[in-house]
Amino acid sequence: MTSSDETRWDAVVIGGGHNGLVCAAFLGRVGRKVLVLEAEEQIGGAGRTHEFAPGFRVSMAHLLNRLHPEVVKALELEKHGLDLSPAHQVPTVALSSEGKPLILTGAYGEGLEGADASEKQAWAEVRAQLFRYADILKPLLARRPPSLDGMDLAASSAWAMTGLSLKRLGREDMRDFLRVLLMNVADFCDEGLQDDRLKGLLAFDAVLGSHLGPRSPTSLLGLYYRLAGELGGAPGAQLVPAGGTGAVMAAVRKAAEAAGVTIRTSAVAAKVFVEKGRATGVMLDSGEDIRAGKVISALNPATTFLELVGPQHLDTGFVRRVSNIRMKGDAAKLHLALERIPAFNGLPQQYRNARLVIASSTDYVERAFNPAKHGEFSPEPAMEITLPSIGDPSLAPTGASVLSATIQYAPYLLKEGWVAGKPKLLEAVLSVLERHAPGIRKTILHSELLTPADIEARYRMPGGHWHHGELQADQMLMSRPVFGAEGYHTPLPGLFLAGSGSHPGGGIFGVPGMNAARRVLGGRA
Amino acid sequence: MKTWDAIVVGAGHNGLVNACYLQRAGLDVLVVEKNKWIGGAAVSRSLTPGFLYSNCSYVCSLFRPEIMRDLDLPRFGLQVISYEGGAVFTRDGDYLANYRDHHAHRREFARFSKKDAEAYDRYARDVTRQCRFIQPLLMRTAPDPTSLKPRDIGELVYLARKFAGLGAREMADTMRFWTMSISDFLDEYFETDVIKANLSLSGIIGTALGPMSPGTAYVLLHHYMGEVDGSVGAWGYARGGMGAVTQALADSFRASGGTIRTQAEVEEILVKKGQAAGVVLSDGEEIHGRMVISNADVKRTFLKLVDERELPEIFLRRVRNFRMRGSSGKLNIALDSMPEFPALPPDSPCVRADLHFTDTVERMERAYDDWKAGRWSADPFLDVVIPTTLDPTMAPPGKHFMSVFVQYCPPKVEGREWTDADRDAFAETVISQIVDYSPGFRDRIVHMEVRTPRELEAEVGLTEGNIFQGELTFDQLLFNRPVPGYAQYRSPIGGLYICGSSTHPGGGVMGAPGRNAALEILRDLKRGTSHMSPAHDVI
Repeated sequence: MTSSDETRWDAVVIGGGHNGLVCAAFLGRVGRKVLVLEAEEQIGGAGRTHEFAPGFRVSMAHLLNRLHPEVVKALELEKHGLDLSPAHQVPTVALSSEGKPLILTGAYGEGLEGADASEKQAWAEVRAQLFRYADILKPLLARRPPSLDGMDLAASSAWAMTGLSLKRLGREDMRDFLRVLLMNVADFCDEGLQDDRLKGLLAFDAVLGSHLGPRSPTSLLGLYYRLAGELGGAPGAQLVPAGGTGAVMAAVRKAAEAAGVTIRTSAVAAKVFVEKGRATGVMLDSGEDIRAGKVISALNPATTFLELVGPQHLDTGFVRRVSNIRMKGDAAKLHLALERIPAFNGLPQQYRNARLVIASSTDYVERAFNPAKHGEFSPEPAMEITLPSIGDPSLAPTGASVLSATIQYAPYLLKEGWVAGKPKLLEAVLSVLERHAPGIRKTILHSELLTPADIEARYRMPGGHWHHGELQADQMLMSRPVFGAEGYHTPLPGLFLAGSGSHPGGGIFGVPGMNAARRVLGGRA
Repeated sequence: MKTWDAIVVGAGHNGLVNACYLQRAGLDVLVVEKNKWIGGAAVSRSLTPGFLYSNCSYVCSLFRPEIMRDLDLPRFGLQVISYEGGAVFTRDGDYLANYRDHHAHRREFARFSKKDAEAYDRYARDVTRQCRFIQPLLMRTAPDPTSLKPRDIGELVYLARKFAGLGAREMADTMRFWTMSISDFLDEYFETDVIKANLSLSGIIGTALGPMSPGTAYVLLHHYMGEVDGSVGAWGYARGGMGAVTQALADSFRASGGTIRTQAEVEEILVKKGQAAGVVLSDGEEIHGRMVISNADVKRTFLKLVDERELPEIFLRRVRNFRMRGSSGKLNIALDSMPEFPALPPDSPCVRADLHFTDTVERMERAYDDWKAGRWSADPFLDVVIPTTLDPTMAPPGKHFMSVFVQYCPPKVEGREWTDADRDAFAETVISQIVDYSPGFRDRIVHMEVRTPRELEAEVGLTEGNIFQGELTFDQLLFNRPVPGYAQYRSPIGGLYICGSSTHPGGGVMGAPGRNAALEILRDLKRGTSHMSPAHDVI
């Protein structure tokens, strides 16, 4: 084929995860002809719902806590079936193997049950401070990262907004903001709180999905990232979606289709065509050529540049930076098919739908982290558990239950290898679970443990990393994914990035997809 | 009764530097020191006949050359002997040598990996660039970002301009560098374990962080920015031990008319009507002064020496939250003969410099994991030097003084106070590691002094034994050091200043905090500062 061939598509989006679909939908809405290529049979990436045992369904990504309000509104996701109503929002419970659990009700602990009065007071102050500071970072997270190469209006206005909201804090608060910004979460918690369960929970949320422990400097940023999310206007809220996260993906898909987007599944992109230094289309692994004015990759940046484009089209420094992106995941995922709903120690009936966290103290999380640094899994892992079939009984046979748990830490590169390591990790996880829910092991009908290596293979996420690259300070903002590709553009004209590897990062957020579309359209992002 | 113009609490190197500059500006300055000797953590002590120990700090590099010249320190006897290289011993009986000469060092790397040797050029260039950016900040008072004073705004603009001057790509690299871990940073260049271990040690010395902790890449610079006699990145021994630095400072101070009183422990800083008025010694004696400058760390100064009622609550809270967990210990050993290191070729110059036995980053990180759990490292990281290989003044002929810096060593052992038995067990852990690489070492020991954070706190007065008077983490650097709002050497009390390593730019025998504090004090007094050389950038 030559470049004189007729270009049929205005844009082709590689990857039918939520960011790819969001990007396509935004482009479709303004009349662009867009094709989305999804390698699997089902769209939705890590958000799709699958049947892991007969009659039991679950999603890898099991919680929704940050789908951006602009995405929801612009794509009219609620009209297309997304249900964000407070009825589905769930509390968080910090489980305790011996004592009573601590329950954070409302949006990220508006209420606190199971703590004494002084701790409630302390938490109210710390919580307000956390949200105040997260609010300052919000505009930076929603927009294209400011460019270092001479700022355009959009970027400088994001900075100006941040600066302004900083000033509004008042002097002493602003000083504290600047002091704690890059602090570790363990020290931060120790400054304001007493309750180990609460501190453990905050520590866990701060490091969830990253290769950091609570005592690693900068780990507090992870908590800000979590708290900058909002749902249905409630900052910090979370929900276990009915129908699993797959139902959320279905709403995004409907929005994209309503915008005229064409979606092809089982279409594996093998190569991005580069002609005269410009991306001109995609070749599928079947050999089929698809030409497009713009190529947008919602895949991991390393996959995009090193595999689909190829180093020969990029300069050495850029290739080196891409190869240096850290993206070895540390989280495993457990799916259990249970005969009946498990009973966790001290957990009141009405909170079984909650997000249940096992992280009894910051030290517990730190101790879980230590082995991961050395290529070993945690013998006592920290975990986040949901029972999605409580809110949506259709996910399991009558009377039975699905348990979905994110397990930390399980390093992608396990020294002994995952073939030998996986059964041992499963044993470690189950014995921790058994301690918190005695008798649970006897009710297991089927289990599925996904190590980062499994997640990589199944969801095509290198390193099994759900952020498509560590979300740490040195890989944020203009360094995400790397300098030279930080504003959703790339060194190759015609090629754009729209995945979680781009600013601001992962989770079911939709911002990378939305901003990429804006960038493609040449407008503000 | 006499009223001094200024009283400096503590005769450590920063206190003396500060005192020297104030005295030379025409003030009448008194330095009070609790110990019989002066020097704080830069001392040479004779604890066994014939031997001198640099028993706290042990090598010299960071000391600012501007101060050296302003205060005429060479004339007062300070001589720094620079040394070459060093070595990391590996467990398979080999070693990796360090050479100051870039090309020799590169060839040594090539013995392990051609790729790493090539990467070393890139690495050296990138690190030098970071040093060049950061070094000038050391000798400047950090601006207060919440302030609208022209000086603070001017300084922020200076920093922003300097940053923008790097160009977009280097700006991005710099921003990443500041928050990276030394381990991740090195992974971007090198593949060989021992090479990474060798280079990562500069990122952790003296900090309560492991090589895999974000922010340690920056600490690396603290150890790279030094110079000896205009030779950048060089390290050396002060002839006669580290006490020579503070002795020269003290002599320079006295020569310009200053007064030092030893065995004068300050129990309280007098405050009258919100204004510092002098000090009360432990024997009850009151000494009056118009200003008090504390070289003690920020916690000791404001939580022990000052009546809390004189301080605003928010300030106190921030001082209490200032973190200064000790992370290191020290063995000072008198040897009756030169230890042997069979891995090294005969006459290797490496024995005259730093010797290390930690050959992987993982071992270093595991050593840190022990510290986090409140234990000293079972397999510690040691920085060993034998200064007597270049400086014969510290031991009788043929005999040697060995300084062993040990990381990690917690301020408390699993939450309880140190006991003598703990201290001995800690020392044994260290000695047995050395013996693994130097057979017969144990038999050469004539005398040994073991210092854990407990001893450092008791003798030198460093809270929790933190050698930098406060951890070097982001929340405690620049305008946050020691606490937000008071990063310019002043305090909520008029006439009370702080000049120790708790302040910007932090620890190491650098002298910059003492000098910067003097500059601020003279500014408040509207005195001339023509006797203070401006900072110069040498890299």
